[in-house]
Amino acid sequence: MWWQTRKRDQDIDRELQSDLDLEEEEQREQGVAPEEARHAALRAFGNPSLISEHTRQVWSWDRLDTLLRDLRISIRTLARQPGFSAVAMLVIAVGIGATISLFTVVWSVLLKPLPFDHPAQLVRLYESSERFPHNVVAPGIYSEWKRGSQPFSSLALYSSWPQYNLSEGGALPEKVRATTCSWDLFATLGVQPRIGRSFTADDDQVSANGTVILTWSLWKRRFGGDSSVIGRKISLDAKPYTVIGVMPRWFAFPEQKVQIFLPAYHERTPEEMAKIDNHQFIVIGRLKPGVTREQAAQELSAIVRRIHDAHLDLPFVSSSAGVRLLIDYLVGDLKPALYMLLAATGCMLLIACLNVANLLTARSAARRRELAIRTALGGGRFRLIREQLIETFILFSIGGAAGLGLAYAALRWLVMRRSDMVRVESIGIDGVVVATVVGLVLVCALFAGLIPVLASRSDNLLAPLQESTRGSTSGTSRTGVRRVLVGAEVAFTVVLLVSAGLLLKSYVRLRSTDLGCATDNILTMHFTLPKVLYSKPEQRAAFFDDLLARVRALPGEEAASLVRAVPGEGYFGDGDVTVAEHPPLPQGQTLLAIVRWADPGYFASIKIPFLRGHTFGSDQRLDRANQTIISAEFARQYFPNEDPKVCHLIDSDRRSYEIVGLVGDTRYELAEPADPMMYFPIDAGTESGAALVVRAARDPESLALPIQKLIQQMNRELAVSDVLTMNQIINQSSLDANFEATLLAAFASISLLLAAVGLFGVLAYLVTQRRTEIGIRLALGAQPEHVLRLMLADGLRPALGGVIAGSVLAVAAAQLIRSSLYGTRPLDPGVFAAVIGLLFGVATAACLLPAWRASRVQPATVLRSE
Amino acid sequence: MAKQTPERANLLQGTLDMLILRTLLYGPAHGHQIGKHIQRTTNDFLQMQHGSLYPALHRLERRGWVTSKWEMAPDRNREFKYYRLTDKGRKQLVVEESEWKRMAEAVARVMWPTAEES
Repeated sequence: MWWQTRKRDQDIDRELQSDLDLEEEEQREQGVAPEEARHAALRAFGNPSLISEHTRQVWSWDRLDTLLRDLRISIRTLARQPGFSAVAMLVIAVGIGATISLFTVVWSVLLKPLPFDHPAQLVRLYESSERFPHNVVAPGIYSEWKRGSQPFSSLALYSSWPQYNLSEGGALPEKVRATTCSWDLFATLGVQPRIGRSFTADDDQVSANGTVILTWSLWKRRFGGDSSVIGRKISLDAKPYTVIGVMPRWFAFPEQKVQIFLPAYHERTPEEMAKIDNHQFIVIGRLKPGVTREQAAQELSAIVRRIHDAHLDLPFVSSSAGVRLLIDYLVGDLKPALYMLLAATGCMLLIACLNVANLLTARSAARRRELAIRTALGGGRFRLIREQLIETFILFSIGGAAGLGLAYAALRWLVMRRSDMVRVESIGIDGVVVATVVGLVLVCALFAGLIPVLASRSDNLLAPLQESTRGSTSGTSRTGVRRVLVGAEVAFTVVLLVSAGLLLKSYVRLRSTDLGCATDNILTMHFTLPKVLYSKPEQRAAFFDDLLARVRALPGEEAASLVRAVPGEGYFGDGDVTVAEHPPLPQGQTLLAIVRWADPGYFASIKIPFLRGHTFGSDQRLDRANQTIISAEFARQYFPNEDPKVCHLIDSDRRSYEIVGLVGDTRYELAEPADPMMYFPIDAGTESGAALVVRAARDPESLALPIQKLIQQMNRELAVSDVLTMNQIINQSSLDANFEATLLAAFASISLLLAAVGLFGVLAYLVTQRRTEIGIRLALGAQPEHVLRLMLADGLRPALGGVIAGSVLAVAAAQLIRSSLYGTRPLDPGVFAAVIGLLFGVATAACLLPAWRASRVQPATVLRSE
Repeated sequence: MAKQTPERANLLQGTLDMLILRTLLYGPAHGHQIGKHIQRTTNDFLQMQHGSLYPALHRLERRGWVTSKWEMAPDRNREFKYYRLTDKGRKQLVVEESEWKRMAEAVARVMWPTAEES
């Protein structure tokens, strides 16, 4: 305990004092003069404070005392230079904070096992064909797999794109995204509803009463978290469903947007669920223990192959199957981006460490004399090194703690901003993350702390005392180390800047991509007509006509139309056709194209140009619909050398459609090239879902509310979803690119700042060191401009080395981020030139002030002051 | 740390402890006395370094081989810290002595072989 320590310390001092006094008395008794006796005693005795220190060490408890003392000294040293300490800690906090944020995301999203039973057994099953190597599964194939599934203890299917109009008890209806799944989905995952029960096989058939399971968030939001909701009837697409369960709060499968679960076989007709070529469902399975994915894939493939060979007339039956870990499927798309960002933050942390090492080297250079004096006074070399390391550890510990705080804030921001990300709900700081912070702090502190120590290794510590100060230009080896450090900083900054530049350029390219239609002043929204209320094509067509007539009567609208999905919104659906005028294709081959149902006014309203022909006639309703319009890409691929205008398309139901028009290409996704597309009249009434497209004179969003009210008036059960302007749709589809580019640009800017500070520091120090030399040069007639150039060159040399090394590294890094680039070459000369130019600009700016100061040195003042 | 002067003999590791324990066999003594005694007895061959003496004393105390007490010196009118051998210390002295003897004999056998051979 400390008071015992204190008592013992006093005791030791008293003991030494009394023995020393005795020695002095004895010396006097031997006849030595009184004033001499004291010195003689001390000579015989040795250094009392050193002896007392060593004696105290005998008692020190597990070196803790020494450690605490060193800690005290270090804190005092750091507190004496608050500016230095604050800058160093800030740099560390930013570096560690960014790295830890990204590490937390990577760990939570990519690496942490899924929160299900034995997650390593969970796999996703694919159908596979030449054209679609990773296809979703047709329900008929799923049934066959299930029947003969030796490798799996459980198989389930689900689909997450259906949307339902949810209404109950007079509350406002809303559109909710549903997962329709086989009854055993939750059992396969190993999850139970938090309240109520799961689906049973009996619920999962057409004849059963409707049942629904809610997610926690919908239950809280819409039903106030009331447990009596179990057993209550709610209306989905105007049909009654009984709520039978609520999932746990953490359950966010397959994605965050899903709000309700419905049994798939209840929602679809038996004919639909027997199809073997209508790929609609994601199938997951739980492997039996000991079965490998390869074995499973082989068995599944054999089954698919057998079905394929038995139905050679059906062109879209797959020929084999594949199996992939469920977690890989769920987060696979995020992997490259997240690892890239993690690498970028790692790079930034490295730069931060180099910068701190640089600062420490500068400081230890400034403290050379202090250290030399301490060595002369008996300070052990190991102890001095330990003290320096402890100082570094303190810096990094505080910086690391602040970094953890930063990471916490950054993660909260990320979760809020990117709530659409897969597994976003699992992001959080846990034990692993904290342990990683501690590990990072230790490693970085050791790294940054040892560089200055090693740099002084070859130095004779006493040399500074022997050195004559006058006119000396000492410390060349130290500035050597610092130059290398700054060069390395510059190199890594180049890598970050080039990567950020490439991503920014590809983001700009992506944003300037032409979707093929007008994007300004256009509002879109989706609705789905409940099948119960609108079972006949006539009813749907009547609703469409009625809706368009009412919207067109609104003030401020310029054009209104309907389409299954607007450009940039996604693939939606495709269809296969043959050309009546062409010779028959070989068995199993057809022309595949994206299908869009649209009303005649669609092309004009969103300004898709007609290259040839005209839009649908006004008679194109219901059974009389027999016209189609194709896109330029469709014509290019399927009518390479002829005029499509005179041809007819035959769809899979053997209906014939005359090609009446050829329109410009539109992209279903911003980053994807235009696929062949064909349009059919929406008034055929086959479709129950559509997007309403409204072009306004200005401020299209002001039309959103009136239109929603209008739809409500037409049918109380109807709700709209995805109320978005075209520009918002583009924003959404470029969100990932925007996000990556912005974050990387932020990291690169911070790194650039750090490198600039490093350069400034080195040159400023160099100038101070060489003041005398510069003074002499000026006194001997050197021109100030000459000195300026000399110093500038001195500062820019490490920057030049860094830029060269960095460019080589950046070439490699650019190859790694290749897959994230859009319309930009990895070795884009513009980006490289801009980065190199920027770096040299910043480096020159950082060096200019110290160099200018050097040129303004007054020779007389300098020479006098030495 | 102060450098060793060459003419001084270096004590073998652990020997100092034994010498201190042996000195205390005569009765309680304070640090200065112990140092002086060893120095005098060896005719100044072993110059006592205070830098090792005091840490050694405290080490012995920590191990329980000696105890210490502030007592009035009979010849000076002041208190000194007197060290006294404990029973444990006595046993330790026997152990160290026999070890030292075996060691010395072993060294002697190598350095000065027995008469028959020469």
